[in-house]
Amino acid sequence: MSSVAPADLPVGKDLGTLEATEESSYAQPKTMRVKKQLTSRTATIASLIIAVLWTIPTFGLFISSFRPAELIRSTGWWTIFANPGFTLENYRDVLFSSSGSSPQLGAYIVNSIAIALLATIIPLVFASMAAYAFAWMRFRGVGVLFIIIFALQIIPLQMALVPVLQIFSTVLRPMQAWLHDVIPIIPEQNYLPLWIAHSMFALPLAIFLLHNFISEIPADVIEAARVDGATHGQIFWRIVLPLAVPAIASFAIFQFIWVWNDLLVALIFSGGTQDVAPLTQRLAELTGTRGQDWQLLTAAAFISIVIPLVVFFSLQRYFVRGLLAGSTKG
Amino acid sequence: MTTADLLGKILQVVMGLAVFAAVVGLLIFLIDKAPKKGRDYWQLAGFLAPAMILVAIGLIYPAIRTSILAFQDSSGDWTLDNFVWTFTQPAAIRTLINTVIWVLLVPTFATAVGLAYAVFIDKSRGERYYKAILFMPIAISFVGASVIWKFVYEYRSGEREQIGLLNAIVTAFGGEPVQWLQTDPINTILLIVVMIWVQTGFAMVVLSAAIKGIATEQIEAAQLDGTNAWQRFTNVTIPGIRGALVVVITTISIATLKVFDIVRTMTAGNFNTSVVANEMYTQAFRASEIGRGSALALILLVLVLPIIIYNVNVLRKQREIR
Repeated sequence: MSSVAPADLPVGKDLGTLEATEESSYAQPKTMRVKKQLTSRTATIASLIIAVLWTIPTFGLFISSFRPAELIRSTGWWTIFANPGFTLENYRDVLFSSSGSSPQLGAYIVNSIAIALLATIIPLVFASMAAYAFAWMRFRGVGVLFIIIFALQIIPLQMALVPVLQIFSTVLRPMQAWLHDVIPIIPEQNYLPLWIAHSMFALPLAIFLLHNFISEIPADVIEAARVDGATHGQIFWRIVLPLAVPAIASFAIFQFIWVWNDLLVALIFSGGTQDVAPLTQRLAELTGTRGQDWQLLTAAAFISIVIPLVVFFSLQRYFVRGLLAGSTKG
Repeated sequence: MTTADLLGKILQVVMGLAVFAAVVGLLIFLIDKAPKKGRDYWQLAGFLAPAMILVAIGLIYPAIRTSILAFQDSSGDWTLDNFVWTFTQPAAIRTLINTVIWVLLVPTFATAVGLAYAVFIDKSRGERYYKAILFMPIAISFVGASVIWKFVYEYRSGEREQIGLLNAIVTAFGGEPVQWLQTDPINTILLIVVMIWVQTGFAMVVLSAAIKGIATEQIEAAQLDGTNAWQRFTNVTIPGIRGALVVVITTISIATLKVFDIVRTMTAGNFNTSVVANEMYTQAFRASEIGRGSALALILLVLVLPIIIYNVNVLRKQREIR
């Protein structure tokens, strides 16, 4: 998804949710209503077809994850009524089984949570601070600096990977080794590279989005605080941050789901072991090593899907608003 | 994962948060206690420094370095060999062609289906459920989507029953099952289908919001003029959402150029399915060809740039109109 934030989508204020205004105008004459109903019948059928088509693949996966392995291997999931069979074994294997070759998703789920948590908080805080500075602090070169930040969104992730990895190898690795010596329970391969990498890559977009919002806080509010003698720090902490909560929430959810679903950054910076690798990496690995064990793949895939789905649906309003507010990441 | 492992992970998160909170707290504290002389300067530095430092290390320096690496070979001498390889080696050329095919097909179909769907469900009952269904694939990771569709494309040889939906349909019509993901060139098309499946929801949400933004008077005026639905669509709706259309198409195009997970998970780029984003990873991190990987990254930037410039231009014109 892109890295350009079109700040003014031709979109109204209330349209930031999937629940659009579903009002029908009962004030229309009956003929027009009937006409609308007829054309909308074809529309309804068409949209039903599309909706069903879109759901079938996921549905197939979902059903299969509850079928016993032999049934999955030999019959299609659509024959489920002819070949019934229900089991929770796949989920049990995938989550809890500790045999050497099993997916053991538990560790990877914890990793995903740990990574996504900090990789959301860090860029959010630093971006809010920078956005506040750009919006409300006057200094020479503010325009130039801001344009540079905006332009950085253009840079694809791929441009940054090799050099950042080189930096991490020389600078971060010794620190990680030292940390492991001091606190042995923390593995030598730890979350630090991923936290830092994700934060770095998220900053340009975060600053841009938050700046859009923070710059629209009414100037009188800030001026009044200044007149009262508040310092920048106090204004930021007590006035700007609370007011910016909607934008922060939108970006937070967006970033959380983005980091959760990421594969590329994980592949490069995580070392691939149980210590650090997130769920997506493990799932990708499984399609290679256990590619024919669909009973495991379907259950594992479904687990990896369910969590962002829950986050997404419960916080859908903010997510979509974040999406419409501009952009999607790169 | 042993208990010790779990403890180690939790400890990392707790320590990470604590250290971070301490750093930020210290920063804010120092900002307010800055010396009177040049106070503004210090405060500014305090607010900007963390983000600027991270961005410099993580994006600015690497971008420059990658650009340099693209023109160097493994011993550090200047060379154009990496680019020569990209444009003459058959596999590399195929990668470029695939990328172009992706960029042509995905935005077109995703936008078309998304727009049609948005129009169909507009103001219908249960609109938000319709939307949720199409939008859901975006919340799934590309890896998850890849597993879902890999299952659809699964192959079982002739006499055995098919477990993949596509082959089941083919055999139901009397055909022979096919190893879809290994069959060039249709495998690229099938991978593209996955991307379309994911991106259509995005197109639909944005375009639906844009459609609702069209003044109802315009639509009603057109209705009173006796136009039919199609005429209304082409003459009122489409011009009215032009800005959103541009945004959707450019955003999806850029996303398509960067797509890595789908190709990597479903075919690893084999069977002639590789695209630039995937090949960059393969070259730099699997084949240790840093020069070639960097060249591909640079090409990616060059491909993305005109799309973004076009996007910005259109939006700037839109802003002037308003």
